[in-house]
Amino acid sequence: MALLEVNQLDVRFALRQGEVRALRDVTFSLERGERLGIVGESGAGKSVAAFSLLNLISKPGFIAGGDIIFDGQPLTQMTERELRKVRGNRISMIFQDPMMTLNPVLSIGDQMVECLKAHRRISTREARAIALDRLRQVQIPSPEKRLDQYPHELSGGMRQRIIIAIALLLDPDIIIADEPTTALDVTIQAEIMALLLALCESHDVALILITHDLGVVSQVTQRMLVMYAGRVIEQGPTREIINDPQHPYTQGLLNALPQMATPGDKLNQIRGSMPSLTHLPSGCAFHPRCDFINRADGTPRSACIKQVPGFVTSGHCRVACHMVAEMLEERRLKEETP
Amino acid sequence: MSAQANTLAAPTTAVQDSEASAQPLLQIRNLRKRFSLSGDFLDQLRFKGGKLVRHQEYVHAINGVSLDIQRGEALCVVGESGCGKSTVARTVMGLIAPSSGEIHYDGTRIDQLNSRQLLPYRKRMQMIFQNPYASLNPRMTIQQTLEEPLRLHHPGWNRQQVTDKVEEVMHSVGINPDWGKRFGHEFSGGQRQRIAIARALAVDPEFIVADEPISALDVSIQAQVLNLLMEAQQQRHLTYLFITHDLAVVEHFGTRVAVMYLGTVCEIATTATLFAQPRHPYTQALLSSIPRLDDDRPQHIRLSGEVPTPVDLPSGCVFHGRCPYANERCKQEIPVLQAQDDGTQVACHAVEEGRL
Repeated sequence: MALLEVNQLDVRFALRQGEVRALRDVTFSLERGERLGIVGESGAGKSVAAFSLLNLISKPGFIAGGDIIFDGQPLTQMTERELRKVRGNRISMIFQDPMMTLNPVLSIGDQMVECLKAHRRISTREARAIALDRLRQVQIPSPEKRLDQYPHELSGGMRQRIIIAIALLLDPDIIIADEPTTALDVTIQAEIMALLLALCESHDVALILITHDLGVVSQVTQRMLVMYAGRVIEQGPTREIINDPQHPYTQGLLNALPQMATPGDKLNQIRGSMPSLTHLPSGCAFHPRCDFINRADGTPRSACIKQVPGFVTSGHCRVACHMVAEMLEERRLKEETP
Repeated sequence: MSAQANTLAAPTTAVQDSEASAQPLLQIRNLRKRFSLSGDFLDQLRFKGGKLVRHQEYVHAINGVSLDIQRGEALCVVGESGCGKSTVARTVMGLIAPSSGEIHYDGTRIDQLNSRQLLPYRKRMQMIFQNPYASLNPRMTIQQTLEEPLRLHHPGWNRQQVTDKVEEVMHSVGINPDWGKRFGHEFSGGQRQRIAIARALAVDPEFIVADEPISALDVSIQAQVLNLLMEAQQQRHLTYLFITHDLAVVEHFGTRVAVMYLGTVCEIATTATLFAQPRHPYTQALLSSIPRLDDDRPQHIRLSGEVPTPVDLPSGCVFHGRCPYANERCKQEIPVLQAQDDGTQVACHAVEEGRL
């Protein structure tokens, strides 16, 4: 059985204008020690997906349906008290902004000891020893000194290392990292990503990496989900998606990267922008921006506009696209009639 | 009629062409900028050993930057946060005054001009800012936003001329001219950045300073805006000073690249040369840290430590503390940009001595 299974997760926000469906039909699983990437543009729902795993969605948001099963236990049915034993302990999170995550009035050592003592019955001395060990693991120079320093005394890269150390404190099974390096510079970003990757491998921790950077996903993760307007539109092995994307949106995202075009040439842009969740287009949410809503012979594929596409399996990937479904169907028919 | 206009226009463009080869559009000479951290005079006074002493601290944002920008090129300035790239952009535009150094635009020194004298140059050089949510006045409609620079720079134009021009630029950046009555907040980030570009293009500038114009945008929108900037360059023969931290964008967009570290330029090269053969150790590390799609785990050059604070600059080469090739000379002597065989300029003792 997978370590984490998410089935048909449905998250809504009850707003004055009516209910907004921030996530619909999100289904994926995560094996022990696996690294999964969630990609998408802002507003695609990738952060909501991560937050809802630990039921950290605050009002007016709520989980309207679906199951999250972690190590055989349904997280969606747990009480707040039971959830608190999982949060930070077996599933920990790393957030985007290292300044916002650390408490500015507590020293680094105090924050780490606080976290350890909340979950384990140990003495402060023992807790400090564990904290020091984790700081060494994240390769912070002079870790003994850092324990008594405050967050503002440290640089951004150093703070993010501390946060990784805190995330590792209780030997979690899963780390959820929400854009962990977006606020950092390229050289620091590469350092932190390499560190996170090495630690996940050595501790056998599963990683859910949320990012908009396809380069990072391709280097760090083994499987990935691509999200658009609250739905997962494509998922599968990272290499396979990067090398041979099926969904027109994934193709568009990859082709829009400057490294995919000859320098000086026009970039392959996706026209328009991501729809607001309050005004989702009918049918496939991507259809107003899609180049393939007409078949190759010019006839319109009306399903794109009328019907929300279901998942079809292509290779090791699952894709939600009418065009891909039709192509697979045609190929199957051809193979049947010799 | 048009044929006649062409024959009349031909000689003038020929003159401009010969001038272009002779003189860069913008010359920056030994530019320095430091910002005081110590407040005003009274704040600077401290008691030390029973005596009143004046204590001053500075952020050394730019330390002796010299750059030439040729007509028609897109010079990209790259570097990490705090390296002074935005300060260079703002100083060029006259938004902040340099502490020392000279800026020449089209042969005229502009860094000492007052705002009235600078006005004709402001029309020829325009700026696009990073955050389109902050750079558009929220209380002005798009029409007003776009009319403002026209009214300032063309006081003689009548209403019709102004509205025609506004319509033309809105059209050229792909914003429906009928949306002029709307306010900035009614548009998405990508559309706002298009409007900011339209505002820069409205006065028909020849030189545009773009400070991280696509960093705040989503991936699919970045491509749209970058395409727009390249189209504008071709159609209007623009020259760009393009500030960014995104090396993939530089590789695609730039003709030449200047790499900055802690307020100094460490390497200037044509884009193709820089990406094929980075010389400076910092450039090499920077290029190796771009996350690429193709290879699974590329060789990433690890730099030890972090960028030092620009308040207390390191002695000698500013990069020596993190450089794997640093020796005694690097700790003492500041390297200067030196031209290599292929025209690349590198400021590095190791490259100069052939150690690298």
